[in-house]
Amino acid sequence: MLKITNLHASVGEKEILKGISLTVNAGEIHAIMGPNGSGKSTLAQVIAGHPGYEVTSGSIEYDGQDLLELEAEERAQAGVFLAFQYPIEIPGVTNAYFLRAAYNEIRKAHSEPELDPIEFLDVMEEKLKVVEMDASMMQRSVNAGFSGGEKKRNEILQMAVLAPKLAVLDETDSGLDIDALRIVAEGVNKLKRPDNATIVVTHYQRLLNYIIPDHVHVLAGGRIIKSGGKELAHELEAKGYDWLLEPVTA
Amino acid sequence: MSSTIESLVNKEYQYGFVTEVDTDTIPPGLTEETVRLISKKKEEPAWLLEWRLKAFRRWQTMTEPRWPNVTYEPIDYQAHTYYSAPKSVTPLQSLDEVDPELLKTYEKLGISLTEQKRLAGVAVDAIFDSVSVGTTMKSELAKAGVIFCSFGEAVREHPELVQKYLGSVVPYSDNFFAALNSAVFSDGSFVYVPKGVTCPLELSTYFRINAANTGQFERTLIVADEGASVSYLEGCTAPKRDEHQLHAAVVEIVALDRSSVKYSTVQNWYAGDSEGKGGIYNFVTKRGKAFTDAKISWTQVETGSAITWKYPSVILQGDNSVGEFYSVAVVNGKQQADTGTKMIHIGRNTRSTIISKGISAGQGQNSYRGQVKVLPKAEGARNYTQCDSMLIGNRCGAHTFPYIEVANNSATLEHEASTSKIGEDQIFYCKARGLNTEHAISLIVAGFCKEVFKELPMEFALEAQQLLGISLEGSVG
Repeated sequence: MLKITNLHASVGEKEILKGISLTVNAGEIHAIMGPNGSGKSTLAQVIAGHPGYEVTSGSIEYDGQDLLELEAEERAQAGVFLAFQYPIEIPGVTNAYFLRAAYNEIRKAHSEPELDPIEFLDVMEEKLKVVEMDASMMQRSVNAGFSGGEKKRNEILQMAVLAPKLAVLDETDSGLDIDALRIVAEGVNKLKRPDNATIVVTHYQRLLNYIIPDHVHVLAGGRIIKSGGKELAHELEAKGYDWLLEPVTA
Repeated sequence: MSSTIESLVNKEYQYGFVTEVDTDTIPPGLTEETVRLISKKKEEPAWLLEWRLKAFRRWQTMTEPRWPNVTYEPIDYQAHTYYSAPKSVTPLQSLDEVDPELLKTYEKLGISLTEQKRLAGVAVDAIFDSVSVGTTMKSELAKAGVIFCSFGEAVREHPELVQKYLGSVVPYSDNFFAALNSAVFSDGSFVYVPKGVTCPLELSTYFRINAANTGQFERTLIVADEGASVSYLEGCTAPKRDEHQLHAAVVEIVALDRSSVKYSTVQNWYAGDSEGKGGIYNFVTKRGKAFTDAKISWTQVETGSAITWKYPSVILQGDNSVGEFYSVAVVNGKQQADTGTKMIHIGRNTRSTIISKGISAGQGQNSYRGQVKVLPKAEGARNYTQCDSMLIGNRCGAHTFPYIEVANNSATLEHEASTSKIGEDQIFYCKARGLNTEHAISLIVAGFCKEVFKELPMEFALEAQQLLGISLEGSVG
């Protein structure tokens, strides 16, 4: 589904990703771990198409298309979803309106009829349960005045509604208490299907107690320095990152 | 990225066409003779000519205000023309006699004056340059006893009402532009709603400046008698021309005891090109006086004009009277706006609300200027002010000048202000959910203006939506 080959990306003069290669198949969950500043969030943003990063070489193939050729909105319409580390506030625009606008853009892209607010209510009602959110949240402005946990849950709600093929969760666990973490993780698990894939970007292992990855990759200094199965995450939790980093600097 | 945003907010001005009609235009220049000539052309009574002359003499002693936060080349008042009327207009018995060119002009502007295509529930007075082209739905209004006509007609048919209220809220000596208007105003709209009557239709005036080098100086007078209620809408457009044109209007509202007046404006005068060439100088005085238990509400969406200088205000004269001001002001290109309101609390338990939303893009400069004044007898007066600015791009500016004067200790005043910027992050967030950049900006701006748009009457809400190129659905939900 996703094939990243020798990807290099920079912000201004500074190269952050220095040759990433990664293949993700349908039905898989990949965890990308690594110390702060290793390039994890950059990778997530580049996949989603953030204009602040310049891809200097390498390629990303998604569903047989050149992903880098697509605008961010076209990627979203094609089924790529980024759950933001810091969800953005849009005052005065209700969550319900925003979600329906996004939902309809994706339907339009697939030549499906748009839903009116009444029809959309039914879609919402079911999805709200996935993240244990109250319907009153839909009438509040997008993320404005939300607590950290509410913002993250709202991201997962959007993911539930938009039903992406490829979901990238960028540090979705950061700032969550244990209950919120459970709700978010269960939400992600409920949304798992054989034809979609998830990339979980995280600093800590604890999220992976709830979302069991098929593959774990360690990113440091803009490169994947180690890949393995779910046991790698436990090893990292026990030993930290240093034992992996030393050979790189030596 | 910011250049993308700017190109999106830089939509082509679609009302910039010129109508070819024969006009009766007086030579440029402004002297006492000009004032007499205008009054004569309007066949006015002696008292009105006297009033104009007093205004003119006062104007000659005054100087243009320099305190607004705007800059422009000095205006040569002798180079302007102060009266221009389509020849075909004088004196019409019915709308059927209106020059088809003029009807077509209003059709193009989306305002139908012809019987069959009329907007249901709205009566329109169309002002073309210096004169009223026609007023629709008069007979329907007459049944309710509501008078809605051009100012000229009001002077002829209802002189006692005009004489009683003209200048009672904005005296001719009020300020430089009000004095100029009082001397040379050519037409405008007049509304009188009798005691206890709720006006059955929305009233609307559509202002169009067509002639070159001609100023538009209209005067609107709205009187709501005791217990009456009326909603009034105003729209404005002008052709694209390279020269600046002057628009110095006066609007006076008299809201007698227990009455309610809602006045909404969607101002879309030509703003000039991206280099600041041409565009309307919009120097307008709008004020209402609310008597006991009366309410005056101003809502404005200001998107046009090279320069806007305008402070729709309420004098809260009577006890328990209410004043409201809801404003969205958008500047783009080289536009400058210095706009806001004045709420003067005189009576006891008077209340006022000010919600101002300024949006600056391009190299536009947007200033909010507001005054809240509580006089010694205004026991229990309350004001709430919220003043928000949004910046799009890096070359524009937002400024806030609030003035607060309180002479009564029991008054409660609240002031909130914020400045935000449409950031790449907000746009990227929307794009990452499948919305394109244009849709993203619309959505963010609509959210920002929500509190003001919900105050607009339906017909204008739609126009405002088209104007800002945004979807209102999200803001009314």
